Amino acid sequence: MFLKVGKRLGHILPVLLGISIVSFGLIQLTPGDPARMILGNKASVEAVEAVRERMGLNEPVLQQYGNYMLNLVQGDLGESLRYQQPVSELIMQFLPVTGFLALYVIVLTVPLTILLGILAARNRGRWIDQLIRMTSVLGMTMPVFWLAMLMLRIFSVELGWFPVSGFGTGFVGHLHHLFLPAVSVSIYLIPVLVRNLRAALLEEMNADYVVASRSKGLPEGYIFRRHILKNASLPTLNLFGVLITWLIGGTVIVELVYAIPGLGTLMFNAILGRDYSVIQGLTLFYAFSTVIITLVTDMLSALIDPRIEL
Amino acid sequence: MIARWPKSLRFGAGIVLLWLIAAVLAPWLTPADPYAIDLDNTLRPPGGDWLMGTDHVGRDVFTRVVFAARIDIWMGVMGVLAPLLIGVTIGLFAGYFGGLFDSVMMRIVDITLAFPFLILVLAIVAMLGPGITNFIIALALVAWVSYARLIRADVMVVKNAEYVQAARTLGFSSPLIIFKHVLPNTISPIIVYAMTDMVLVVLAGASLGFIGLGVQPPTAEWGAMIADGQAYITEAWWVSFFPGLAAVSFGIGLSLIGDGLARMLRIGDT
Repeated sequence: MFLKVGKRLGHILPVLLGISIVSFGLIQLTPGDPARMILGNKASVEAVEAVRERMGLNEPVLQQYGNYMLNLVQGDLGESLRYQQPVSELIMQFLPVTGFLALYVIVLTVPLTILLGILAARNRGRWIDQLIRMTSVLGMTMPVFWLAMLMLRIFSVELGWFPVSGFGTGFVGHLHHLFLPAVSVSIYLIPVLVRNLRAALLEEMNADYVVASRSKGLPEGYIFRRHILKNASLPTLNLFGVLITWLIGGTVIVELVYAIPGLGTLMFNAILGRDYSVIQGLTLFYAFSTVIITLVTDMLSALIDPRIEL
Repeated sequence: MIARWPKSLRFGAGIVLLWLIAAVLAPWLTPADPYAIDLDNTLRPPGGDWLMGTDHVGRDVFTRVVFAARIDIWMGVMGVLAPLLIGVTIGLFAGYFGGLFDSVMMRIVDITLAFPFLILVLAIVAMLGPGITNFIIALALVAWVSYARLIRADVMVVKNAEYVQAARTLGFSSPLIIFKHVLPNTISPIIVYAMTDMVLVVLAGASLGFIGLGVQPPTAEWGAMIADGQAYITEAWWVSFFPGLAAVSFGIGLSLIGDGLARMLRIGDT
C-alpha cells in the first residue's frame, strides 16, 4: 500500500511542476508589456519601469521562473497590485465562501444523482429513463448564468422567498442566501453525473456475476441491492473527480450572478483589473486542488478495491 | 438514407439546420436592424411590433437573437474544429509511433487536464485580451488534449489490427497507413464527442460573452445579450430570456445529434 502511494506521488510531481510552468507562463501571453497593460497608456515610463522592477520582469525568463518556483515552494503566490495584499492571503480570505457553496452543492447533488442514476439504469429504455435523459439534455444545455438569473427573478424578486444576493450571516443565513446559487449549480451538474453513474451501473448489470445470480434464480431486486450497488460504489466515488472540475467551473459564473464574495468573484475582479498575479495564483490554486482531490479519490478507491493500480 | 437515421438524430439535425438557415438568411428573416437604437421604444414587452420585445436601448430582441446565431454558431464550429484538428493529428501520430513524442505529449495532456477547463480558458483569455479570436486560440491551446487522448487510445488498438499489419507488410508509408487506414477506423468516437464538445464550447463562449470577455458590444451574441438584460431582469425579463432560450434550443439540437450518432455508430452505453 505504502509503495503504491509512493509510486503515485512520484507520478504527481511532474504534473505539479507542469502546472507551475503553465501558471507562470500565463503572463507571457499578454500582448505587449504586462506592466504597461496594468498601468494603461497614460502612465509614465518611470512608473512602468517601477512596476516591471517590482514584478521582476527585468530578469531573464528562466530566472523569473526560478524565483517564481522558489516563492511557490514557500507558499508565496505573489502580491496583488489591486488589493496590495499577498495572493495566498486573498485566496484564503475568499475561499470559505466558495467552499461553503461547493459543499452545499455536493449535499444537494449526490443523493439526487444516486437516486436518478439508479432509476434510469434499472428502467433502461422505459419512459422514466427517457424522461431522465431528456431532462438531462435540458440541464446540460442551459447556460448556468441564465438559469441563475431566471431563478433569481422568479424566487427572489417575484415570490420573495430568497435574498437577491450576498452571503448572509450565520449558518442558517448562509444556507438561505446560497440556496438558489447552489440549486443553479446542481441543475448544471446533476445531468453529467447521472449519465456517468447510469453508464457505470449498466456496465455492472451485464457482468458475469449478475448473469450467474440470475441463472441461480435470485430475484432482480435482490441482485441489484446485494451485488450491483456494492460494486457500483467505486464508479460513484470516481464521480467525485468529474464533479470537482465541473463544480469549480459552475461556481465561478454563478457567484457573479448572485454577487457572492467567493473565489469566482475574486477571479472576475482580477480579470477586470488586470491583476495578473491573482489570475495566475487562482489558476494554480484551482489546478492544485483538483490534483489533490483526484489523488484522494484514487487512494480511497484503492483502499476499497485492492486490485486497483494506483 | 435519412429514413434510417435514429429519431433523435433526425430531430437534432432538423433543429440545427433551422438555426443554420436562420443565421445565413438573418437579414431577410428579421424585421429590424440589429444595431438600430430607438430610445423612444426601450424595454417594450413582447407583442405587436416586437415579437420578443426590445432591449434597454430599444433594439429588437428577435432580430438580435437571430443575428447572434451567426456569432454563436461560428464560435461553436471554430472552437471545435481547431482543437479537433490539432488533437486528432497529435493523437494519431503519438499513438501510432509511441516513443518519446508520445510520452511528452501525454505528459502535456496530463498537465492540461489537471486544470478545470473553464478556469484555464478564462485565464488565457484574460491574458490575451477579450474577443472571440482569443477565445478560439484559448480553446485550441486547451481543448485539443481531450481529442488527442480519445483517439490515441483507439489508435493503440487499431495499429495492431491485421489490416494495418498487412498494409505495413506491403510496404505502404506510415503517413499513408495513418490517414487511409487508422484514421477512418478511429474517427467515429471523435465525431460523437465533437457534438458534445460543441455544446460545451457554445456555453463557454456564451459565458465569456456574459462576463464581457467574449464579443464586444454592440455585436449580438446570446451570452452578451443575456448580460445586457441582467440589470433589467426585474422589469424586462424578455431581454435575457429569449437569447437564453435560443442557446438552449441550439444546444439541444447538438446533443440530440450526438446521441443519435452514438446510437447509429454503436458507441457508448446507449
